[in-house]
Amino acid sequence: MDPEKAVGAPPTTPEGTDEPVRTPATPAIPAPAAGSELESATDVTGTATDVTDNAVSSTDFTGMRDSEEFGELRRAHRSFAFPLTIAFVTWYLLYVLLSNYAGGFMDTIVVGNINVAFVFGLAQFLTTFLIAWWYARHAAEKIDPRAEALKARMEAGE
Amino acid sequence: MIPSTTFTHTLAGHPLAAGGAGEHRTLIITLFSVFVAVTLGITVWAGRQTKDATDFYAGGRSFSGFQNGLAVSGDYMSAASFLGIAGAISLFGYDGFLYSIGFLVAWLVALLLVAEPLRNSGRFTMADVLAHRLEQRPVRTAAGTSTIVVSIFYLLAQMVGAGALVALLLGATGEGSRRWIIVLVGLVMVLYVTIGGMKGTTWVQIVKAVLLIAGTLLITVLVLNKFHWNLSTLLGRAAEASGKGRAFLEPGLQYGKDGTSKLNFVSLGLALVLGTAGLPHILIRFYTVPTAKAARKSVNWAIGIIGAFYLMTIALGFGAAALVGPKAITASNESGNTAAPLLAQEIGGGAGSTGGAILLAVISAVAFATILAVVAGLTLASSASFAHDLWANVIRKGRTSEKEEILTAKCAAIVIGAISIALGIFAHRLNAAALVALAFAVAASANLPTILYSLFWKRFTTRGALWSIYGGLVSSVTLVILSPVVSGNPKALFPGLSFDWFPLSNPGLVSIPLGFLLGWAGSLLSRPAPDQEKRYAELEVRSLTGFGAH
Repeated sequence: MDPEKAVGAPPTTPEGTDEPVRTPATPAIPAPAAGSELESATDVTGTATDVTDNAVSSTDFTGMRDSEEFGELRRAHRSFAFPLTIAFVTWYLLYVLLSNYAGGFMDTIVVGNINVAFVFGLAQFLTTFLIAWWYARHAAEKIDPRAEALKARMEAGE
Repeated sequence: MIPSTTFTHTLAGHPLAAGGAGEHRTLIITLFSVFVAVTLGITVWAGRQTKDATDFYAGGRSFSGFQNGLAVSGDYMSAASFLGIAGAISLFGYDGFLYSIGFLVAWLVALLLVAEPLRNSGRFTMADVLAHRLEQRPVRTAAGTSTIVVSIFYLLAQMVGAGALVALLLGATGEGSRRWIIVLVGLVMVLYVTIGGMKGTTWVQIVKAVLLIAGTLLITVLVLNKFHWNLSTLLGRAAEASGKGRAFLEPGLQYGKDGTSKLNFVSLGLALVLGTAGLPHILIRFYTVPTAKAARKSVNWAIGIIGAFYLMTIALGFGAAALVGPKAITASNESGNTAAPLLAQEIGGGAGSTGGAILLAVISAVAFATILAVVAGLTLASSASFAHDLWANVIRKGRTSEKEEILTAKCAAIVIGAISIALGIFAHRLNAAALVALAFAVAASANLPTILYSLFWKRFTTRGALWSIYGGLVSSVTLVILSPVVSGNPKALFPGLSFDWFPLSNPGLVSIPLGFLLGWAGSLLSRPAPDQEKRYAELEVRSLTGFGAH
């Protein structure tokens, strides 16, 4: 439950770069006013991004998006999160449907007054906790280092 | 949060069963006043530190993952979770427990798909993320509208519940005192939001979450101790006392009657599991932490805390069934909403005993604190969306100062407070639970598809977003109006009329797939904007790396 302790910053990333509040904004412009961002956003193209932020607006996002490293980062997230989402939603719906339509099975006694339905319910708690823990571990190992490296690279203006 | 429960029918004015709350009133009022005084103190302190929009909307993004995890839990565990689930389990046994599961599993959607990219690519509201890649004015209008609609339904449910519950517990059963209590709750919540902003509201949530967990843990320990820490004995005794025997521990007591009620349960289950990640007051909490990593950490803490809490509802609900018994519970409140306070009284030594009085007062005060905090979170979410999305970006077209935007948010909080006070007073016959279920269904139908498509689907367009949001919103609200909740039976909002053409009381089964379908169809039937490709590339990069995050 504490991914930060598990990872630590990757060697290339200096301490504190994950504090986005201070990062790319030019210090000469004190706290970009909401107005300035919004005004720029009302032009025809409707760029909703913060144009006072030079580092951001000058970045080649399409190039970055198509890069090998970003592809790896995206895969690290999607190939984990998408199948797992389908799996736990299916598992939950299976439970709902069994409760509804498989009364006989769910009513089977396991021990004492505890039946299959109850065990099934507790199993939903258990899988939820496990998936949360598993994702935290996966993200700390496979997602965070990649994300931080790419972010540092973009901030350096490469 | 429990669609099966109604606060409505509690207004007739039963005093709290056996023993009455009268003699404990002073204690309850004292404890509650202490809570209000302490939290208002925190609010004033937080208000002094609130200087710019980031402070007001996002608490300066200064909270840690753990702090925000507590606050998220505080925002999520509404009075209906605490009182409603305990009540539902105590009356319907196993079927009540099903809700706890849906509410918890739902968090995985937020964890795996929504929390981190939202934190990385948005500033203050859900619409910020959509505005990245779509035409911002129409999508902000749509997202702002659905945010306000979801929040007001949720708010109204809490206000109706608060009025009924407070009146019931304090024994102030007269119509006049109930109104005054609703006004009081409304005023305090407006104070929290306007003075303390997100920082103050977050601390209120943290205090409340700690109190709620501590109170629930205390009762759980006492109940389990009474049954020698043997779950099977507790379940057996509950089944015995329920008068329903083994059926009490099996699915179907409440939802197994016929094909329609079974479909109703599937519909509800779908709305619960997909609604959470679209609830605006939950989504804006992810902006209060500095990084996506901290957002992930807060969801993980929330899953732990909320999961532990829902596990304890087993002891609360079955404990109430076994120790208080369904007769005494329904005599106090026919939908079971007072099961938890009654259990507290019983486990403390019974009505009339000092221990019983103290525990009853403590648990009731915790319930009030819960209502107040949730209501404040909802008010903040809707006023933030009004000021940031609708006022600053749509009405004033971005020509506002930060100061004006915050002032607008504060005014909006006052207006929303006034609206919910008025609705709470005049609409007290409404079924609070149906309103919350509607809020979940609307969130799942209108907000979730757009959020997911925006983040993960390249071909998504502005038209897709508008179709999905408005389609999900209109279809879910319309289906509820045409459902048995509103007319056609004695428990409905308008019992005398009958236009209940839609058989299910929760619209999720139809409106959620419809929301996803409309988003897909609208996108394919429109041409992407010329710069669509570029803007989606930017959103993808920002949402995954956190580059340029606010």
